[in-house]
Amino acid sequence: MLVLDRVGKTYSNGVNALERFSAEIKLGEIIAIIGGSGCGKSTLLRAIAGLDRATSGTVTLDDIVITAPHAKIGIIFQEPRLLPWLSVADNIGFGLSDAPAKIRREKVAAALARVGLTDKANAWPRELSGGQAQRVAIARALVPQPEVLLLDEPFSALDAFTRRDLQDHLLDLWADTRPTLVLVTHDVDEAVVLADRVLVMRPRPGRLFEEIKINLARPRDRNSPLSDNFKRRVLTALDRSLDRNVPDTEPKTTSGEAMWW
Amino acid sequence: MTVELPALEQTHPVASPASPSRLRRWMRPALGLLLPVGLALLWEIAVWLGLSNGRLVPPPTKIFATIVELARNGELARHVTATLTRVVAGFGLGVIAGTVLGAISGYWGLARRLLDPTVQALRAIPSIAWVPLFILWLGIFETSKIVLIAVGVFFPIYLGVMGAILSVDRKIVEVGRTFRLSGPAMIRRILLPAVLPAYVVALRVGLGLGWMFVVAAEFMGASEGLGYLLIDGQQLGKPAQIMAAIVIFAILGKTTDWLIEIGAAPLLRWQDGFGRQGGAA
Repeated sequence: MLVLDRVGKTYSNGVNALERFSAEIKLGEIIAIIGGSGCGKSTLLRAIAGLDRATSGTVTLDDIVITAPHAKIGIIFQEPRLLPWLSVADNIGFGLSDAPAKIRREKVAAALARVGLTDKANAWPRELSGGQAQRVAIARALVPQPEVLLLDEPFSALDAFTRRDLQDHLLDLWADTRPTLVLVTHDVDEAVVLADRVLVMRPRPGRLFEEIKINLARPRDRNSPLSDNFKRRVLTALDRSLDRNVPDTEPKTTSGEAMWW
Repeated sequence: MTVELPALEQTHPVASPASPSRLRRWMRPALGLLLPVGLALLWEIAVWLGLSNGRLVPPPTKIFATIVELARNGELARHVTATLTRVVAGFGLGVIAGTVLGAISGYWGLARRLLDPTVQALRAIPSIAWVPLFILWLGIFETSKIVLIAVGVFFPIYLGVMGAILSVDRKIVEVGRTFRLSGPAMIRRILLPAVLPAYVVALRVGLGLGWMFVVAAEFMGASEGLGYLLIDGQQLGKPAQIMAAIVIFAILGKTTDWLIEIGAAPLLRWQDGFGRQGGAA
């Protein structure tokens, strides 16, 4: 279980990017974090990853306090960030350098097959399309079998068609080992298609504004009226989160089919 | 004469009928050769016709004959060996010092603040200005020459290495952090490969300066070496010998540069655009 306990981050220049963010995320859950720009969602993700330390509060994974990158936590960035001097296969095996060569080769081959890029094993990253490169990045993060996979707007640089394709692909891969997914996004569609829970944040300072449970069965139909219903609710929450006149109350939880407005 | 004519004629049969790709492959280098070969040929003809006596500007055949003569009596090997030894020693020392100090300054902020201002101040001094001091300190023989070359080579290598480390993409370094690479592993698996392209460029710039400084070093009193051939040719009024030495400098400079290029090519295959360049060579 991933526990965020009143996580806050104030940068050295005094900007209060994130304040008292709390959440409990069960193993295998898919969480989407959504919010306007500057709401601290990337800051939060970097704190969970251990890349930047929170200035207050704690992140704990299975009772281990996270202060630095951890073997059980993988991360995928907005850009693929492949190492240009390594072949596709070596990029995927990058996190397995401690494993014996034979096991590494097998795992890399399996991962390549899983993301459908076996024929690109020996290609250079520059020879890949944007979608292919991001699939390699996903494979690289998943190969060490993390318990938690963090995704920082992973598909936002891709065209709409590739994005849908990769969203489906991500769910497919997730089903293999069912890690916890924490996905930062600004795409309402993406949040509703993927997530069990959508956490809406409000900016300046970044805080949890509202939590929306998406209790739709998988695989989800993107165009069903039920999906539309949830999208509308997330959008309304987003609108309200950006409205300065809404008083700063404790975050509320909504779920089920009932309309709350 | 006989050496240069076929090169010119080659452009002819290719220019008219051959396929466009073959044509392009031959035309480009041929076009580049047209001007120097043409000028050399014109000068050769002008001297042959008696339009000039060619004493101060010897025609190509005379320069070629001088090189052959130097090679035959063993002088060429002796001078080339002397110059090459100095360049290799000076370049080696400069590369080692530049790489080590550049890496320390690039990797470690405190060292950079401590070291870099001094190095930059020293860099502002034209390296030739050290010559009198080096001769006083180190004598007129090999040491002062090698040190002068090393000083010339040091600065571009130092700057290249430091700048390359400082400009390594933070996002790539972050990938290393997420996979919990230790300090040495981060250097070996992220920083070194990321720095390599700029390092190769720094090496080539440094080598160019090494060749420049070996001439300066050999001007300051040498009994052998290509620089000595230049001075000797001036003092004894033998322009053909000067031109011969210049031609050999050009050949050696280009060859050593090319050695670095092909030595680094297998390590830089991943770079965008390098393939095109390598394919043309």
